[in-house]
Amino acid sequence: MATETHGVEAAHGAAEAGMPQLDFSTFPNQIFWLLVTLVVIYFVLSKIALPRISTVLAERSGTIMNDISAAEELKLKAKEAEEAYNAALAEAKAQAQQIANETRAAIQADLDAATAKADAEISAKTAESEKAIAEIRDGALESVKDVAKDTAKELVAAMGSSADARSITAAVTARMKG
Amino acid sequence: MATEAHGSESSLVFHPMDQFKVTPLFGDGAVHWYTITNVTLWMAISVIGVILLLVVGSRGRAIVPSKGQSIAELTYGFVYKMIEDVTGKDAVKYFPYVMTLFIFIVFSNMLGLLPLSFTTTSHIAVTGVLALLVFLFVTILGFVKNGSKFLALFWVSSAPMAVRPLLAVIELISYFVRPVSHSIRLAGNMMAGHAVIKVFAGFAAIAAISPVSILAITAMYGLEILVAFIQAYVFTILTCVYLKDALHPVH
Repeated sequence: MATETHGVEAAHGAAEAGMPQLDFSTFPNQIFWLLVTLVVIYFVLSKIALPRISTVLAERSGTIMNDISAAEELKLKAKEAEEAYNAALAEAKAQAQQIANETRAAIQADLDAATAKADAEISAKTAESEKAIAEIRDGALESVKDVAKDTAKELVAAMGSSADARSITAAVTARMKG
Repeated sequence: MATEAHGSESSLVFHPMDQFKVTPLFGDGAVHWYTITNVTLWMAISVIGVILLLVVGSRGRAIVPSKGQSIAELTYGFVYKMIEDVTGKDAVKYFPYVMTLFIFIVFSNMLGLLPLSFTTTSHIAVTGVLALLVFLFVTILGFVKNGSKFLALFWVSSAPMAVRPLLAVIELISYFVRPVSHSIRLAGNMMAGHAVIKVFAGFAAIAAISPVSILAITAMYGLEILVAFIQAYVFTILTCVYLKDALHPVH
């Protein structure tokens, strides 16, 4: 290539060797093909490419708008559903609270009644028992007195003297009081 | 400049401008206006690239896009937003024209970076026609839309009356310089970058320098990818600015 053009240059002289851009003999050729190219590109763009791309872009923005509005709607619905759920939940909670309170009050009433009854029974039993214990204690005191009297009489008899029953009784009673 | 370097040193062969030569694709002969040349080839490849990206890429018409469709949509959105932001909502009907310019330039610039390719946008003939098309379109549109009020663009009503005629002359000159700067900016950027890469490539023939040369080519290549995109962007956004002047000529 280099040697080939070198030969051509030498033949043509220095004027053409400088800048091929200023070789006016090639201008008609370049301008003609440039105009052909521009016309072809212009028709390809304006008839096919640009309408198609602008349709695609418009469709896309339409789709995006639709999707966004649909999403907005769904969001609103979800919010409504959440509110309904919250309301139902609050109501259920209130009802549960009420039922629990009622149940608790009923149980408390039953419990109070049972406690009162039990208390009454317990106090009755206690009184009975106290009475029985008092009786037993009294009985025991009597028994102690009898045993003491008998023992004292036997002791006196054993020591070889006799004593009448009245003086022994008096002595034992006096001792037991002291 | 290529011949100078060639003549002085035998080991170093610089032909940085050869890549810009317009040559017939078939045979060897004169370049007529209808001749199928490397210009034709690389413009056809850029058309195929545009079709692959914007038509084949978007064929799925999916709501959730594929990778190709995403890139097609990004390109569409990039230019659409540019014209909407810079020119205004009423300029959206000129979107196909602006998109045609942008997509052609960006594909030509990027394809030009392929090794052994031909960069159609490095030629002033191509960028000049592009800039002139914009200039004529904008000027005619300005007069059609606004009638003689379009001349208010040159009559700076916020300036004092005394300096307005002077400003009008300056504005008029700058208006007519627009297509020149518009075209030379693009062609110059493309040509310079590619020529510099070729010069570095010429140095690679010397073994001692070749690692540095390859490193420099790599760095320049990265920069050139950036430039290829930025120049397409700049060309398009300036078109939008000029379009805005045509639609709303209030200064």
